[in-house]
Amino acid sequence: MSAVISPIREPLIEGNKSYHDITEDIASPTEKVPNQTWILAFIVSVGFLTFGVVCIFWTVWFGIGSWDLNRTVGWGWDITNFVWWVGIGHAGTLISAILLLFRQKWRTGVNRAAEAMTIFAVICAGMFPAIHAGRQWMLFFIFPYPNTRGPLWVNFNSPLLWDVFAISTYLTVSLLFWYTGLVPDFATVRDRAKGLRKRLYNFLSFGWTGSAKHWQRWESLALILAGLATPLVLSVHTIVSFDFATSVIPGWHTTIFPPYFVAGAIFSGFAMVQTLMIITRKVLNLQEYITLAHIESMNKVILLTGSIVGTAYLTELFIAWYSGYVYEQFAFYNRALGVYAWSYFGMMFCNVISPQFFWFKRFRRSLWWTFFLSIVVNIGMWFERFVIIATTLARDYLPSSWSYYVPTWVEIGLFLGTLGIFFTLYLLFTRVAPVVAIAEVKSILKSSGDQYTGKNAEHHYKEVVEKSDTAHAHSH
Amino acid sequence: MKEHKEVLYGLYDDEEDLLRAVKQAGADHLDIMDVFTPFPVHGLDPLLGLSESRLHIAGFFYGALGTLTAFGFMTWVFTRDWPIIFGGKPYFSAPSFIPITFELTVLFAAVGMVVTFYTICGLGPGVVNPVLDDRITDDKFCIAFKTNGYSDTEIGKLRSFFSNTGASEVSTKTI
Repeated sequence: MSAVISPIREPLIEGNKSYHDITEDIASPTEKVPNQTWILAFIVSVGFLTFGVVCIFWTVWFGIGSWDLNRTVGWGWDITNFVWWVGIGHAGTLISAILLLFRQKWRTGVNRAAEAMTIFAVICAGMFPAIHAGRQWMLFFIFPYPNTRGPLWVNFNSPLLWDVFAISTYLTVSLLFWYTGLVPDFATVRDRAKGLRKRLYNFLSFGWTGSAKHWQRWESLALILAGLATPLVLSVHTIVSFDFATSVIPGWHTTIFPPYFVAGAIFSGFAMVQTLMIITRKVLNLQEYITLAHIESMNKVILLTGSIVGTAYLTELFIAWYSGYVYEQFAFYNRALGVYAWSYFGMMFCNVISPQFFWFKRFRRSLWWTFFLSIVVNIGMWFERFVIIATTLARDYLPSSWSYYVPTWVEIGLFLGTLGIFFTLYLLFTRVAPVVAIAEVKSILKSSGDQYTGKNAEHHYKEVVEKSDTAHAHSH
Repeated sequence: MKEHKEVLYGLYDDEEDLLRAVKQAGADHLDIMDVFTPFPVHGLDPLLGLSESRLHIAGFFYGALGTLTAFGFMTWVFTRDWPIIFGGKPYFSAPSFIPITFELTVLFAAVGMVVTFYTICGLGPGVVNPVLDDRITDDKFCIAFKTNGYSDTEIGKLRSFFSNTGASEVSTKTI
């Protein structure tokens, strides 16, 4: 009944697992008392989160003046962090939606955690425009509701408003997609639990029973949501790039931005997935479900998207020169050789050179290299946004307004705070929900379990045939 | 007040045994109440005679509603209710309505379909559905028959069906 699988495909589930083993391995971390590493990590994360909350209060209380923004640098670390987090939030939906449409079975090992990460990253991202607004209590003005001012509507022609719609739609759809995938797994946890936990997980599992008709609809829903989320995920960073591309700032006003931002988003998103998965698989003992084959597949995506990003950087440079437009030329000259050259070269090294190591299988399959490079890539992608935003704005049309922007401790604290929010939510997630999609992994066991693939398959087959032969002999 | 169902169910250890059993049940003209599995088993729907889900059709209409809502509303606002010139563009500047129209199309379709899914499946926060066996969400594949008003002969026939098709356990439960 299972589809034909090429013998050169690596198994995606190792360790000769049965269905019950899968349940046991993946659901049990939610049932145990967290270990010391988890508690320590949680305390550190909550510490960062608390500092972030202090900085938010500081910002609201004293105003945006507590940041070091100035006459030309109206966007600093806040929007840099916003774009960075939104970018990180792109891998989850890419894995669960686009790879579902492409029938990539390896997505089942990582989609759950990657989608959780997406949701948490988008929450972090959404915070920055909100506090950047200055008068946060006026924030509800972004919603087009019938108001007493006319009603005066919001500007539907503004990319900043498109962003509001894009990010909130993305968050909602990702959340629905993720939760619907979680429902059957919560039912699995429910059916193993007792007492209060059982009641709690019954609430979370929405009364799931595993009926054939429900599964049929569930699969149909997942497929359509994937079909909707695929253009959605591409649209979100496209619209984020419109925030820049539709302006008339040299260095921002370029048509290459949408594809280049999307590629960069997937690039950084996968890097964050790698960082988290390498730790998660080790701590929760899930190496047999998130195998080296998974890591290698993701490294291939990083290599591809990193190379697209690199090509985009070089194209930008070429077009700046070729345009014959002095302001555009200066913008790029200034990025590469101006006062912020350090961030430009940091970006070039981290985003263009570092992923090229992944041409070699040895690096793609090395956990240490993958972990190290995944962090390098995320630093690089942060630099990219900083280069685009701060270096461009610090050198405006009027040389008398030129400045050198450095963040205040409040701005740095806000960034550290979002890291705290992100990791706190992720750590809680690993305690409450199965980190790997149990039902989906079970559904690929017969085609991708190591006892059914490669050199073991024939052996297994023989064993099964012999067993059923003896059973037949007995029954006759 | 819901009617109590007397259920006779058998558990299988493998989805291939389940598929063979469901096929056999079809051949024997047995009326299966429901089949419960820990994951979606492909090939089960045609054997059970389940027609394809029409959720995607609903999704199309929700999406179309989103498209019309967004585009229609923005058009009304900028041509009728409060026309403003932005950057020298016409009041009806359709290209710049596209991003929000797209986003709301996706939003309406996704939210509409998810709500429909949970509603027609009878699932939702606080719903408690009877569970025949705790291992159905783990590693057991279950075929259930409703046996209200069945004679002993009929129940015996079902039991022999289970033993012939290799069910590892057979039990009854009133739900």
